[in-house]
Amino acid sequence: MWTELFPNVIWEKIWEATIETLYMTGVSVIATFILGTILGLLLFLTSKGNIWENRLINAVIASFVNIFRSIPFIILIILLIPFTNLMVGTILGANAALPALIIGAAPFYARMVEIALREIDKGVIEAAKAMGAKTTTIIFKVLIPESLPALVSGITVTAIALVGYTAMAGVVGAGGLGNLAYLEGFQRNHNDVTFVATVLILIIVFVIQFVGDFVTSKIDKR
Amino acid sequence: MITLSNVTKIYKAKSGNVTAVDNISLQIQEGEIFGIIGYSGAGKSSLIRLLNGLEKPTSGKVLVSGRDMGAIKGKELRQARQEIGMIFQHFNLLWSRTVRENIAFPLEIAGVPKEERMKRVDELIQLVGLEGRENAYPSQLSGGQKQRVGIARALANNPKVLLCDEATSALDPQTTDAILDLLVDINRRLGLTIVLITHEMHVIRKICDRVAVMENGKIVELGEVLQVFRKPQQPITKRFVQQVTEPEETKETIEHLLNKYPNGKVVQLTFVGEAAEQPLITNLIRQFDLNINILQGKISQTHHGSYGVLFVHMDGDEAEIDRAIDYIRQQQVEAEVMAGVD
Repeated sequence: MWTELFPNVIWEKIWEATIETLYMTGVSVIATFILGTILGLLLFLTSKGNIWENRLINAVIASFVNIFRSIPFIILIILLIPFTNLMVGTILGANAALPALIIGAAPFYARMVEIALREIDKGVIEAAKAMGAKTTTIIFKVLIPESLPALVSGITVTAIALVGYTAMAGVVGAGGLGNLAYLEGFQRNHNDVTFVATVLILIIVFVIQFVGDFVTSKIDKR
Repeated sequence: MITLSNVTKIYKAKSGNVTAVDNISLQIQEGEIFGIIGYSGAGKSSLIRLLNGLEKPTSGKVLVSGRDMGAIKGKELRQARQEIGMIFQHFNLLWSRTVRENIAFPLEIAGVPKEERMKRVDELIQLVGLEGRENAYPSQLSGGQKQRVGIARALANNPKVLLCDEATSALDPQTTDAILDLLVDINRRLGLTIVLITHEMHVIRKICDRVAVMENGKIVELGEVLQVFRKPQQPITKRFVQQVTEPEETKETIEHLLNKYPNGKVVQLTFVGEAAEQPLITNLIRQFDLNINILQGKISQTHHGSYGVLFVHMDGDEAEIDRAIDYIRQQQVEAEVMAGVD
């Protein structure tokens, strides 16, 4: 039945492409989470009225974030080719997509982190200071735990955006389901391949959203 | 315990400088409950934050148990803050932590080992009466319970001073009284110095030993609570005292009665301490040929004795009324003629 419905689909290839997509998404989500959280914390802490208030550093980080957020992803991939070549040694394959994915997503996530941190009640930070807390204690025991639901729902949104980015990266040779849909499906006019690849991407997105929502509701004690 | 000398705090703003604290000198004794009252914007929030270094004075010196809070920095400041507890109007608990974990937080900051920490948390939960709610999250607690967590948290590191920033302003009257009782209890049991700021005279009346009235960054009046109640000097102080002695409707009632009884005088009698317990009205009626009509009365209990206000309408011969007022004044009772209709 499957062969009749999807005559052009080679399931091993689909499986391989799915693993590649999951790999690219997984690694870039983890790296984006770390890099974006650091950038977001810096943005927040150096902003006006906060612990490390510093207009210069804040302006530098903010413009870095804004520049990389405003470059269309497909252009970013091309702009980063020399950098990727230097870092990964190739511009093809799943690993070669990672620098662009991370650099594209981290600034986006950094802004979400900043917004999440700004939502924290200033009084709670003041209370921690009044107790004699160090800045590291405030970051790890107040800022991050108190904004965790927003951080998790932010990374959920970012992860879904990253799945979309991997599909785009696929077009320029990064592998994955996007690559498969484009090369094997669209260009060879095999609509069944495009269909299967799209459904799989859809399933990945749904699973990410479900897990994200579940975790957010579990950790939110407000 | 706490000494402020010529402390000024100026905030720089685009629209000009704002002097929040204006050359304040003040001494607060060990074990005292000291109240600072003022309307919002009077500078009391800034003043209390100078005491634990959350704000730095622009000039002047803030000494808390011998430490210069304006000058110390880094580790020394953090250590000093561990000896100064603070509670807040909006409690400022971490919603991501349970009651137990919230109370343990300052102990974590101080680096107390886990076992000891848990023991101390249990003691504190008992002290503030939160048994059975240890594992609840702040969102599951009432306002009063949240403030109890705040108090337990503030006391965790055995501070010498407790700062209360409008600690009862977000609570209903009954809960306010329960929290105030708890503060007095803690003050007596632990010998803790308490500094509180508020805009409610009720809080001052109920628990404070001394009170400072703040207006436009300055302390305009300072003294024993009972003294301030008996003889408020400044108009602002009078307004605050009226908050607890005169119900809202008093003025209207008096106006109404003045219209109704155009003869005689309405007199406000103020009793303090023992005078409040004398049968003054009985004596007046027996000794003077007057009709006396009691309009309104109230006795308030302060931390150091009772304080009463009575509004009476005296009708009769004018000279007789004057003699009666002289008699009242001889009995250590303040008498003020509110309005006389000639």
